[in-house]
Amino acid sequence: MGLEFYTSRLGDAINWARKYSLFQYPFVTACCGMEFMAVWAPKYDVARFGAEFPRFSPRQADLLIVVGTITERQGPVLRRIYEQMCEPKWTVAFGVCASTGGFYQNYSTMPGADQCIPIDVYIPGCPPRPEQVLDGLMMLQDKIQEKRGFVQVRERREHDELLKAKGKLKVIP
Amino acid sequence: MSVEALNRAKELLGAVVVSTHSYRGDDTVIVDGANIRKTLETLKNDPDLAMNFLADLTAVDYFGREPRFEVVYHLRSFKTGARLRVKAQVAEPEDGSNPALDSAIELWHCADWMEREVWDLYGIKFRGHPDLRRILMYEEFVGHPLRKDYPKEKRQPLVRRPPDEV
Repeated sequence: MGLEFYTSRLGDAINWARKYSLFQYPFVTACCGMEFMAVWAPKYDVARFGAEFPRFSPRQADLLIVVGTITERQGPVLRRIYEQMCEPKWTVAFGVCASTGGFYQNYSTMPGADQCIPIDVYIPGCPPRPEQVLDGLMMLQDKIQEKRGFVQVRERREHDELLKAKGKLKVIP
Repeated sequence: MSVEALNRAKELLGAVVVSTHSYRGDDTVIVDGANIRKTLETLKNDPDLAMNFLADLTAVDYFGREPRFEVVYHLRSFKTGARLRVKAQVAEPEDGSNPALDSAIELWHCADWMEREVWDLYGIKFRGHPDLRRILMYEEFVGHPLRKDYPKEKRQPLVRRPPDEV
């Protein structure tokens, strides 16, 4: 038997490891939380994708899942939770409210969580079906593998500059 | 039973009552905002009516009508089980300042947060309220969003850092 070895670029191998061990922090604010629980329960079993372990501290999480409506008043809180997460980190907007504000068009609702933090994957639906969520999670895994996620600090800085230009962010971390 | 309560209220309040109506068991007394404190006190302290529970306190903006605002009190009697709705008509002052009427907080302590909510969303002040701050919106918010002349599309993003941020 000859010498066995496997060649890969180091970055690809690391990204492969990262995409199958997403520790998520669920930021659940509204009714989408019920659907979120369904995805995480055994029937749809997100553990198959390596993302089964919710950490209820942002400092231990890689993936921020914004589940439900974000109000203007919650914006600074969400931003702070995002800043507390360590690199590398990714975000998912779960449901149409977190993506665009949904059917709320009023004084209190933020039109999408991307008004205060960068978002990698938007999962529409009111609430989204668990299959949609799994699809979104696989899209995120593809992004991580191809380094198209917000793992790049540069992209996130650009988003911050955009928010700053709109007057929606005071302090650049 | 409720119609009896309405009749008794009319009898007690006399000339203070602007109008009344009764629809499917919902009885309403409409009074002027200047008399609201006296009205509520009378309804609460009368032994027959004994309206000792303030179930709800809210407001309505009838934009384009005079008087513009109505502050609505939903009263309930634990003694008789009767319900009574009291509406206080509040006009917007000529100089564009916030309309004001007397607070009900000394009669029912639960009026505290409800009056703060009415102040926050409608901009109606309550004289005698000890701590009339915004309750739902943030302090930086400008205007009163449930007024009909508040622009529907107007957004006021909050860019404040949390207070414990150094």
